Order: sequence, then C-alpha cells, then structure tokens
Amino acid sequence: MSKPEFTPNEMMTIAASRALKNNDVCFVGIGAPSAACNIARLTHAPDITLIYESGTIGTAPDVLPLSIGDGELCDTALTTVPVPEMFRYWLQGGRITIGFLGAAQIDKYGNINTTVIGDYDSPKTRLPGGGGAPEIATSSQEVYITLAQSKRGMVEKIDFYTSFGHGDGGDHRQKLGIDTKGPTLLITDLAIWKPDPVTKEFTVVSLHPGVTRDQVQETCGWTVTFADGVEETPPPTELELATLRDLKARTEAAHKGA
Amino acid sequence: MARFVPLPQAVAENLNNGDSVAFEGFTHLIPTAAAHEAIRQGFRDLTLIRMTPDVVYDQMIGMGLARKLVFSYAGNPGVGLLRRLRDAVENGFPHKLEIEEHSHAAMANAYEAGAAGLPCAIFRGYRGAELARVNPNIKFIECPFTGESLATVPALRPDVVFIHAQKADRKGNVLVEGIVGIQKEAVLAAKRAVVTVEEVVDDFSDLHPNLTILPHWTVTDIAVVPGGAHPSYTHGYYARDNAEYLKWDKIAADRDLFRDWMQKNVLDATPEDFAGRVEKLRDAG
Repeated sequence: MSKPEFTPNEMMTIAASRALKNNDVCFVGIGAPSAACNIARLTHAPDITLIYESGTIGTAPDVLPLSIGDGELCDTALTTVPVPEMFRYWLQGGRITIGFLGAAQIDKYGNINTTVIGDYDSPKTRLPGGGGAPEIATSSQEVYITLAQSKRGMVEKIDFYTSFGHGDGGDHRQKLGIDTKGPTLLITDLAIWKPDPVTKEFTVVSLHPGVTRDQVQETCGWTVTFADGVEETPPPTELELATLRDLKARTEAAHKGA
Repeated sequence: MARFVPLPQAVAENLNNGDSVAFEGFTHLIPTAAAHEAIRQGFRDLTLIRMTPDVVYDQMIGMGLARKLVFSYAGNPGVGLLRRLRDAVENGFPHKLEIEEHSHAAMANAYEAGAAGLPCAIFRGYRGAELARVNPNIKFIECPFTGESLATVPALRPDVVFIHAQKADRKGNVLVEGIVGIQKEAVLAAKRAVVTVEEVVDDFSDLHPNLTILPHWTVTDIAVVPGGAHPSYTHGYYARDNAEYLKWDKIAADRDLFRDWMQKNVLDATPEDFAGRVEKLRDAG
C-alpha cells in the first residue's frame, strides 16, 4: 500500500488534532486551531467539548466557521451563553482543560504577540489585538499553540506580550501567581515542540516525516534546541487526511457564499 | 417606554457629536444599518466602543467619525486586519485615532459592571499581559479576603448603544436569540438604547420562558429594518454573508476604492436597501 501524499500544513493540523483527548474541554481559537479541534472531533475524539468565545458550548460545526460567531456554531451547540458568562464562569472558573491558540508571533517560551509589529504607540503593523487570548493563556488549565514556522513568526524577542506564556522561562508564571500550566505543546508544520521541564524553553521532540533539523532551524528565529531522542511524527492516516480534505472542501464551498 | 420610529429619526435623536457610543454585536446581529445611518448623518468626534470592531467600524473610522476607539479585537473575523483602522493608527488617515485597548474578558466584565451599576469590574485577568503597561485604565487590586491580585477596569457606561435584534412585540419588548453576545449588558449599561429589528409581532406569549428579552422600558427607540445586520446575520432570518467579509479586505485596502464603495453603498443608500441585500441569504438563515 502506498503512503498518502500530504502537505506540511495538513501534517500540522493532523498532528495538532491528535493532541486532543475525547474528554477535553477545549477553548478554540479561530484559524489553524479551529481546523485541528474539529478534525479531532471527527476522528478519535467524538465527544470532545469545543467552545468558541462567542458563547457556543459543545459545538459540532459541519463546516469550519469563518469567524468565531458563525451561525453554524450556535445551531450545532449544546447551549449558547452570553459572552460575559463565557469569560467569567467557563474560562475564569477553570472549566477549560485546553486553550488552543494561534499566533502572529511567538518566542521560545510560548509568549504570544497578536497586537503590534513595532512600537505600540507608533506601530509598523497594527494587528487585531488579543481578543480572548490574554485570559485564555492564563485561565485554561494548559495551552496548545499552533502556527506555521517562519522567521517572522518565531522570533527571539516578540514586539508585544499580548498573551503570557512562560515569560522569561523557569518559574516566571508561578512568580506572577499564575497557577495554570501555560503552553505545554507547540505544533508547527515541521515539528512538535514541548517545553523543557526546567527552563520552559520550547524544545523539538518530534520531526514530521521527511523534515530535517536544518529545515526547522532555517524557519525559526531563535537557536533551536532538540530533545534527546527526537522522534518522527507518524504520517497522517488515510482517514485523517480524507476527513481533513472533506472538511476543507465543505468549508471552501460554504464560504464562497450563497 | 420604547417608541417605534424610522431609523433616521432614531439615530438623529439619540446620537450626538462627541458621544461615547457602542454599536454592539458579537459577529452575530451587528447593527450595520444603524451604523450606516450614523455615517450618512455625518457625526464627528465619537468615542466608538465595541469588543469586536469589524467592517462597520472600519467604515466609520475610514469616514472620519471616530476620535477614539475602545476595543478588544479589531479584525475582519477569519479574514485578517482592518485596513482603514490600520491606516488611522499607522498613518493618522483620515485623522489621528486614540485607542484604548482591552481583552475580551475585560470588556465583557466592564459592560456587565455598567449594567450592574458598579464603578468598576473585578476579574482574574491581564496576568503577565503587556496591555496593562500601555492602558492606564487597567489596574490591579488586592482581594481583601484572600490577598490575590485581581485586575480591575472602569465600568463601561456608553451614552448610547445601538443593537440589532430578531423582533419586537407591539409594546416594544425585544427578543434576542442565538449568539446573544454582549447586547443585553450593553443596553442595560447605556444611558440610551436604540434597537433595529427584523420584524414586529403582536406579542411574545408563545415563546420559551427563558429567552433573552429586553423589556420595553429598557429601550429608547426601535426601528424596523429587515436585513439590518447584513453582512453579519440574524439567526432564524438569514445567514452570514461570508463572501462580503472576504471582499471587504480588497475594498478597504485602497483609499479611493473605499471612498467609492462608501458613496455607492452607504452615502447614496437607504435603510430600505438592506432587505434586498439579504434576500439570497434567507434560505440559509
């Protein structure tokens, strides 16, 4: 049997989906996290609870939403609550096991910038801002991050600390009184990264099939640390790929409009 | 007691130059028709408040209505950045825009505090977040019982709030359903509230007892504007026009293209035009 062909982005989404468990309660960021969370739901984690910040709890969209508040999310949700309730009872109340975030810029400690490129008061590029992320990053029991690797996106020093990861590393979170785990997993189009237990620096633990260490370093702005015994990420199964491609095709058709 | 009035009158009699105003809606039920009416009437120096300023705020900022923006996420949802907003923040075009930036949790709590008649909201937030450095309206206080450091922001109390809802009954009670967002809190926090609705029905007697209802005495004016949330959507009436959000990215990228689009679709248009814009989206709603 020949192995299925796949793109790095498909590998990223599928690797991210595998990290989610059937009993997780996942606060879903838009974009790449949304695809991964729904692939998990459509494959190995059918009972996962997906929550979007628009207030939809236990949603099961047939197509990926373009925004966090598409009608599809409400139509298929167990219940839809007001936005203040979402942030107060469900997120701040500690009910979220995984906050799943994307990022414009991250550093090696999983701190995220989605606010500005350049100086805050006179930015080179004004990005959308934090939205729900500053509190998702600190109130979720743990945080997964996914983004495609690039030197612009993975930098030695981010321009703005929109959402706190491990700060300067080590026990920085505890020093600030933050008792949640923070970023515990980073999934890119090339590799799977986990924080070093002591320094909290993201370290490559698994390379996707066919990816070299040089490729990871060439698309990352900090000096990459590789764990002892780096593994190879299992390639996508035919079921995973077919599920992802069907979802993308349905989504594309739906967003082109009526 | 809510009055039923045409939208131009509701906007003219509730909004003033220099007001703090929220056109709220969390992706769903965005009061686009009301915002377009404000643009046509040419208001100035507004403090625009909204958790998720999207295309309509991009339009208002691009047309020069805003002096200040209070917000927590300024993007074209699922598409990208707001290009008129960027032009204002990065280049001061059409003029400088003051910004007060928060997180969603802070804004949601601040509206709730406004509705609750409190001076400030207290919540566990902004830990390690740099917004606390650049926004003087973010402070921390110590819990008097546990000693925990908690974030606090001032309550939001807009002069006027505009929202869009499914329907009103003849008395002016208003029903909001689906993704209810922050609208109830925003209306109760505001000094005046204007609601555009898809339709008016005789009464609400057959509805589920726990739906989100704004009693008529919490609403100042109601205007009937079918389709008034386009290109966002009204749950149960018409679907979100995702293609329009995708198109906006190109329109807003160019100052002249933007101006031409606004002339044709806003300045030379009327509230009645919205009904036609959602016709093709009604089956999917």
